[in-house]
Amino acid sequence: MNRSRLAAQRLVALFLLGCLLFNFPLLALFNRGGEVFGIPLLYAYIFGVWLALIALMAFAAEREQS
Amino acid sequence: MAKKILIVDDEPNIVMSLEFLMKKAGFEVAVAVDGEEALAQVGRVNPDLVLLDVMMPKKSGYEVCEALRADPARAGMKIVMLTAKGRETEVAKGMALGADAYVTKPFSTKDLVTQVTELLGA
Amino acid sequence: MLQGWVVVLASFAYLGVLFAIAYQADRRADAGRSVIANPLVYALSLAVYCTTWTFYGSVGRAAATGIGFLPIYLGPTLTLALGWFVMAKMVRVAKLNRITSIADFVASRYGKSQLLGGLVTVIAVVGIIPYIALQLKAVSSSFTILLSYPEIVMPAKAGTAPLLNDSAFYVAIVMAIFTILFGTRHLDATERHEGMVAAIAFESVVKLVAFFAVGLFVTYGIYDGFGDVFDRAQESARLSALMTTADTASSYGSWAGLTFLSMLSVLLLPRQFQIAVVENVNPDHIRRAVWVFPLYLFLINIFVLPIAIGGLLQFPTGVDADTFVLTLPMAHQQQAIALLVFIGGLSAATGMVIVETIALSTMVCNDLVMPVLLRMRSLRLHERQDLSGLLLEIRRWAIGLILMLGYIYFRSAGEAYALVSIGLISFAAVAQFAPAVIGGLYWKGGTREGALAGLIAGFLVWAYTLLLPSFAKSGWLPAEYMAHGLFGIELLRPQRLFGLTGLDEISHCLFWSLFANIGAYLGVSLLRAPNAREVRQATLFVDAEERGRVAGWRGGAPVADLLPLAGRFLGPERARDAFERHARSRGLAVVEDLPADARLVQFAESLLAGAIGSASARVMVASVVQEEPLGIDEVMNILDEASQVRAYSHELEEKSRELERATAELREANERLRELDRLKDDFMSTVSHELRTPLTSIRAFSEMLFDDPEIEIEERKRFLGIIVGETGRLTRLINQILDLAKLESGRAEWSTVAVDLAVVVRESAESMGQVYRDKGVALTFDLPAAETVVLGDRDRLTQVLINLLSNAQKFVAAGTGQVRVAVRRAGDVIRVEVADNGPGVPPEERETIFEKFRQGGSVLTDKPHGTGLGLPISRQIIEYFGGSLWVESDPGGGATFIFTLPVFGGDDR
Repeated sequence: MNRSRLAAQRLVALFLLGCLLFNFPLLALFNRGGEVFGIPLLYAYIFGVWLALIALMAFAAEREQS
Repeated sequence: MAKKILIVDDEPNIVMSLEFLMKKAGFEVAVAVDGEEALAQVGRVNPDLVLLDVMMPKKSGYEVCEALRADPARAGMKIVMLTAKGRETEVAKGMALGADAYVTKPFSTKDLVTQVTELLGA
Repeated sequence: MLQGWVVVLASFAYLGVLFAIAYQADRRADAGRSVIANPLVYALSLAVYCTTWTFYGSVGRAAATGIGFLPIYLGPTLTLALGWFVMAKMVRVAKLNRITSIADFVASRYGKSQLLGGLVTVIAVVGIIPYIALQLKAVSSSFTILLSYPEIVMPAKAGTAPLLNDSAFYVAIVMAIFTILFGTRHLDATERHEGMVAAIAFESVVKLVAFFAVGLFVTYGIYDGFGDVFDRAQESARLSALMTTADTASSYGSWAGLTFLSMLSVLLLPRQFQIAVVENVNPDHIRRAVWVFPLYLFLINIFVLPIAIGGLLQFPTGVDADTFVLTLPMAHQQQAIALLVFIGGLSAATGMVIVETIALSTMVCNDLVMPVLLRMRSLRLHERQDLSGLLLEIRRWAIGLILMLGYIYFRSAGEAYALVSIGLISFAAVAQFAPAVIGGLYWKGGTREGALAGLIAGFLVWAYTLLLPSFAKSGWLPAEYMAHGLFGIELLRPQRLFGLTGLDEISHCLFWSLFANIGAYLGVSLLRAPNAREVRQATLFVDAEERGRVAGWRGGAPVADLLPLAGRFLGPERARDAFERHARSRGLAVVEDLPADARLVQFAESLLAGAIGSASARVMVASVVQEEPLGIDEVMNILDEASQVRAYSHELEEKSRELERATAELREANERLRELDRLKDDFMSTVSHELRTPLTSIRAFSEMLFDDPEIEIEERKRFLGIIVGETGRLTRLINQILDLAKLESGRAEWSTVAVDLAVVVRESAESMGQVYRDKGVALTFDLPAAETVVLGDRDRLTQVLINLLSNAQKFVAAGTGQVRVAVRRAGDVIRVEVADNGPGVPPEERETIFEKFRQGGSVLTDKPHGTGLGLPISRQIIEYFGGSLWVESDPGGGATFIFTLPVFGGDDR
């Protein structure tokens, strides 16, 4: 299996994961009061998932170059 | 008894030189100047050897040779072909038609006399 | 510090810097050292996505809806995850088909339809105008606010200020001029603008830095970090409500709708298409952009909420939340930050306006105006050599027009909406391209009519449910139809279409417009099968990936199947060799050890492709692999290739026919040469024979004289006479052979003069006189009194006459022989006859005696004197001077040799 295709598949998987994580019903789980390290839960969740997703995308896209 | 030689050539000077040579070597000589006359002479003098030029009017040497060899009664008769055309195919053609020797013009007189003597003396 | 002139000066200085960067980048690009051949620059230039909407509007949106600002950035993040798939494919397709805009893309995909290109252009222009208005509004209001420092005063409502006092008007003009200067300096066939991309990447850095500056100031300058900001927000019920979103279906629906909308927009906005696809210099740059661009979006959003909270805490009322980014530093007397923010906003606006208007003007020019102009035959444009001046002119006008339309929209509808809401109207418009573009990339069944129907339906629904209401809300249209529907039909209420409620206006529009769009696109497309042209374009677009993909096989096949297959086309030995090399390259000793994997299949396919073409190779390999059934596209490909092969083989046939002709000619020439060679060979053989004959006599008599000293003197004399005679004969022969060779090869030297033939006859007769007297042959003449002049060579003509006279005396009897020579004029020729009373020439010999070495008559007697070349030479000479030589003879009545030559200076004239 070609590496480029593997990367593409990983990225598609991340896309699907992002679609799930950023939407109802998962979003609803965090749509309530409360804070994480002083940051409102919903924001902490969205920004946290967002950053993790970017890191994984960076990993998937760049890794196969080396 | 002297052996008889028939000289067949259309060149008078060549005939003259051959006649002189053969007579001097002790043979009886008859002459013909073309192919038809040659066949007539053969019947008349019954030579032991024919010196036969190839390029002649009326009948070529090859045709004469072929006709002579077709006659079993003359199986012992020697035939020496003379030709000014020295190409190998012509030599081969002459030999295939049953000539005993093939001499290319211009010939060495000594060699010709030796060859004729050998053919008749053996 | 923040006087008007300082702000204006700073603005122009900033624009000057942009210009310098672009100029420098263009120069470096011309020198071959491109600055944009860098994945980071590409990723940053994609951030042209972040306009004043992001810069000012996000905070406003956050202040109103909390997390509502985020879907606009989460969508693109998700799209970029698909970037490796979709964006890279779009880039490949665009490069393959030389696509210059999204209108071009759609037009090209559906059979290069001008109508589609024009439609996409119209939708794009109409759809983007609100977006441009948004930028004008943001820049002009930030400018107005900044000028009133230290007071914080909201600008007067747009449309109320007189035109000449409206800063937005001047902003529009300055931006139009700047864009024209920036983007239409010269024309590039690829529609690429390296300088612009470099400047846009720089602007992305500027906006991020400016936004960070204000974010850091608010979060850490005014407050004590994120925790502090959020703690304070929790104290207010109004603010704490922003920390969560309404837990309702419509809330999640809107969220998902906006995410989806922004996913499409980041691909389909004309400026995004321009930057991501048209300006892409290397598809590999997408790999970096996949995470750098989302990271940029992440960073520029970190401080949105803190600034929104800070603004709401600072200004409970009276200040538009869209201006918090600027008004917060102003309220804290941070003039430098305020100016930086203004520049950042300016940079966000200029970036968007420049790229968007350049992209739109390209579309307007290429897909709307030029097709129309080119159709107007009276303009005779198709005959003009250089249209680039005209093209640039059209684009400049288009840029100006688009900005003016933006300004008009701003004046008419700008106030009714927040920044983000205006932008979303445009987003919803470009989303209409999605079915045609995305569908066109992955589905081959779409037709031109389908795309047209989808676009029109979607656009109409968009205009009805979103654009017209925006006018209505501003009072430009009667609000009547909003509340009660068109013609008072309740079901047609624009934002409650068919009674649909529970969605915000954007999601509502998005649902209905895409419903109509996709429905029409699919429905109309499926009415008929795509025609050949559409199939060809569809194959080019949909299969663009196939070529780039290295391993296209999911299945495998054993060597035992593949080797014989390859052997059938390559020959068993060559195939075996190739497989052995492949095995060795994989570290295997023998071919049979090769695993039945995709790599082997791939290898076999490429091996076959070299012999029978890629499409056929794929089918052949597929027959062994049995991975997938043969699709219609493959069949099309094979047909395409086959027709190429046919054309090629037609060419080959033509060539082989030519070759056959050439071969036949060669064969013929060769035959002629062979014949000539045979003739030459015969000639040489004959010459050799003729030379040997006198030589034989000479040698025989010489040897006899040499060997035998006893020969009598008389005999000796006779023999020596023969030798002398034969030597003479030999000499003549050699001379004549050389003479004939010269005549035949045309190398003989001739002197052509006027010659009186009667004189030549007399002279020749004199030189032959002794011979005739010796033999006792009578020679008589019949010469006219008149001149018998011809053109010729005196010596050669003498040679002919001597030859004829010599021949004549040879064939007559000594003593009784008679030869008569007559010369007379016959018409316009002089006729010479040499008649004898010899035996004559039999009919069968009358031509052959003129051939070489063919002698006639009684050869034996006179042989030593003839060479058989006299008559051929004579004929050559006579024919050279335009006459002819022949013999007439009655059997027993002698022979008459006749030649004629044209009269010289004859009286016939």
